[in-house]
Amino acid sequence: MDLDINQYLDIFVEESKEHLESMNDILLELEKDTDNKDLLNELFRISHTLKGMAGTMGFTNMANLTHDMEDVLQAIRSDEIKINTKIVDILFECLDSLEFSANYVSENGEEDGNEHLELIGKLKALLNDDKEQPNEKDELKETEKYDEYVINTAKQAKEKGLNSYKIYIRLSEDCMLKSARAFIIFNTIESFSEIIYSYPSVEDIEDEKFDLEFSLVIVTDYKKDEIKKEIERISEIDEVNVGSVEIDPTKKQVNKKEKPKKRVNKNNATKKSTSSNIVKNNRVGKTVRVDIDRLDTLMNLVSELIIIKTRMEDMSGTTSKEDMNEAIEYLERITTNLHDAVMKVRMVPIERVFNRFPRMVRDLSKELDKEINLEMSGEETEVDRTVIDEIGDPLIHLIRNSIDHGIEHPDERIKLGKEEEGTVKLKAYPDGNNVVIEVEDDGAGIDHEKVKKKAIEKEIITEKDAEILTKEESVELLFKAGFSTSDTVSDVSGRGVGLDVVKSKIESINGSIEVETFQGKGTRFIIRIPLTLAIIQGLLVKLGEEIYAIPLSSISEITILESEKIRKVQGQEIILYRDKTLPIVRLNSLVGIEDKNMDELTVVIVRKGDKQAGLIVDDLIGQQEIVIKPLGKFLSNIKYLAGATILGNGKISLILDVNSLF
Amino acid sequence: MVLETENKNLENKYVLFKLDNEDYGLNIDDVLSIEKIQSCTRVPNAPEYVVGVINLRGEVIPILDLRRKLNLEPKPGDQNSRIIITSSNDIVVGLIVDSSSEVLEIKDENIDNPSATGEKKFNEYIKGIGKDNKRLVIVLDLEKLLDIE
Repeated sequence: MDLDINQYLDIFVEESKEHLESMNDILLELEKDTDNKDLLNELFRISHTLKGMAGTMGFTNMANLTHDMEDVLQAIRSDEIKINTKIVDILFECLDSLEFSANYVSENGEEDGNEHLELIGKLKALLNDDKEQPNEKDELKETEKYDEYVINTAKQAKEKGLNSYKIYIRLSEDCMLKSARAFIIFNTIESFSEIIYSYPSVEDIEDEKFDLEFSLVIVTDYKKDEIKKEIERISEIDEVNVGSVEIDPTKKQVNKKEKPKKRVNKNNATKKSTSSNIVKNNRVGKTVRVDIDRLDTLMNLVSELIIIKTRMEDMSGTTSKEDMNEAIEYLERITTNLHDAVMKVRMVPIERVFNRFPRMVRDLSKELDKEINLEMSGEETEVDRTVIDEIGDPLIHLIRNSIDHGIEHPDERIKLGKEEEGTVKLKAYPDGNNVVIEVEDDGAGIDHEKVKKKAIEKEIITEKDAEILTKEESVELLFKAGFSTSDTVSDVSGRGVGLDVVKSKIESINGSIEVETFQGKGTRFIIRIPLTLAIIQGLLVKLGEEIYAIPLSSISEITILESEKIRKVQGQEIILYRDKTLPIVRLNSLVGIEDKNMDELTVVIVRKGDKQAGLIVDDLIGQQEIVIKPLGKFLSNIKYLAGATILGNGKISLILDVNSLF
Repeated sequence: MVLETENKNLENKYVLFKLDNEDYGLNIDDVLSIEKIQSCTRVPNAPEYVVGVINLRGEVIPILDLRRKLNLEPKPGDQNSRIIITSSNDIVVGLIVDSSSEVLEIKDENIDNPSATGEKKFNEYIKGIGKDNKRLVIVLDLEKLLDIE
């Protein structure tokens, strides 16, 4: 009775995350508007759906938790209990647990072991325990004739000190998927016992050839009450009866001619091990939900591609140059459109990152006793799927920073003549080939002097350096490793890992970060990230006879310098350029090619943050749009390389990882 | 229990190739395709047995010189040389061999464990010695061969 649920795993994860997201939104609104019955109904509907989904997948722990959430919500709906912050807090806790479980499922393909007992206890406590316990009936309605196998097993079990029980179960009338529900019940029962008999047979139940009732005989070391409790946790069950099996050897009612019914416990162990093997290989991959219109566009473009292919085939006989040029132009137009279309398929609204922030801000403001209003705009701005995964943590960090360090306490704000409630603005908008995300607060701003003092303390700069630093430069110090201005280490931020991590994370996806700050008025962090990571503009350069690509986004300029101006300082070659010292990197020696030692050097100046370096190349080829291909797992640890790209002639050119040169 | 005995009689197919005068075999499940030698792009700072990367139908695939990896005498490629594209644990690489033209079925019971003697560096990549009539086939352990150092 192994229903194959693995194929639904993707859908389950995707959908449950969606439901949890909307649950989050609704809870946030409900907290402000506690009397809103519509919200409550919606919440109830979501937990019900989640329960059904988890149940169908056999994730009983999740199902149990949502079941109890549903009970509480039902009680609120029927005005039995009044909603208050305590209830909302507990519901938020449930949400967190469910989120954790959903993530665990997506990573491991199976449910985590957490039974949420504590939370379920809290939920139950809310209900004042005046729910009636259903009456227990010891007598079973039906008596079946058991075959020898059942009786023998039961007898053996008794000798071993185990108990055998008959269980009668009736599903509720409105149960939608009877066989799936029965499957869950079987699974639950099998988790603590061995099923030795079932009526109707397992096959019939699987094929839904039963009414609403079925009965089982099990062998277990559980007590009657425990069994009943376990089964009653499953939803959509109308009645459960557990009774003990009387085996009277003298009164054999067995019809020996009857073939033994399906033995459920047969091969039980092997079945379990194989199914867990399957699950292990079934980790959920990254998915993108795509608007069907976009797929249609893609499809259209592909059909056009096929048309142009046939056209070119036809033309191969008649070699009119004009026709050929026309065809190639047409092809070019299609490939450009195709590129756009595929990129759009990979695009996801940044909402997916943003929507967890309201909750975070709510929790933080409670924790820090500050009043914060989060204003978000541009949630619909679309960025590449890979960017979505990377940008979350840096943004969390920045928002935490703003709330913890930036915004003052309410009483302090009143003293300063500001509004009691602090505002954090989160804004996203597209800007050419980039997406800009701004995190802005109306807090205290950054104190330049304090920053300088701290930097001297931490020995990041000397006192002498500090004197000549401009305001802008001192703000840049915030991004240096090991810098944190908060005097006390709080739970929220100030653990030493600070903005330097944010910066390197953003740079790893080819983005950049800037700060604008006005003392007493607030701070704004501006993040720029490229729309897509897979296709970039690159500069092709020659080193010896080999062609390498340098991402254009990290190049600030290209210049010719005379080699005699290079000086050696402590083993590092530098050159004075525009009144600044510029470290020189000889790419040839980096990739193991002999230096040409020319008098005039072509230097590509690259930057990483505020640092610059001059890369000496043998020759420039030109700028080109390049598709980044990974070097694969086998070569993933090679120094100085970010990947490879395929050139027009089919040859491979390697892409230099500029960030690793600093 | 039944399964195991079945496995023992199962005939596994091996892609055979030659290095010098020895026959080597790789399980056919690990082999994606066999390609003619093509020019590689050198990868700087890679291990010395990595010849470079090639463009195989739009994918970038690292190419290893199997002779170097197995500590055999180097030999320039000729028209018989082939690249066997293999895949193990999601790692796809091409192996340069002297020639390859045959697929052979060897029963599992006809594969012996490698002898403990011999050069150590070489030995660790051998899964077993397969026997087919009078021919001996060195069956390589691809997983160990590709183990990133």
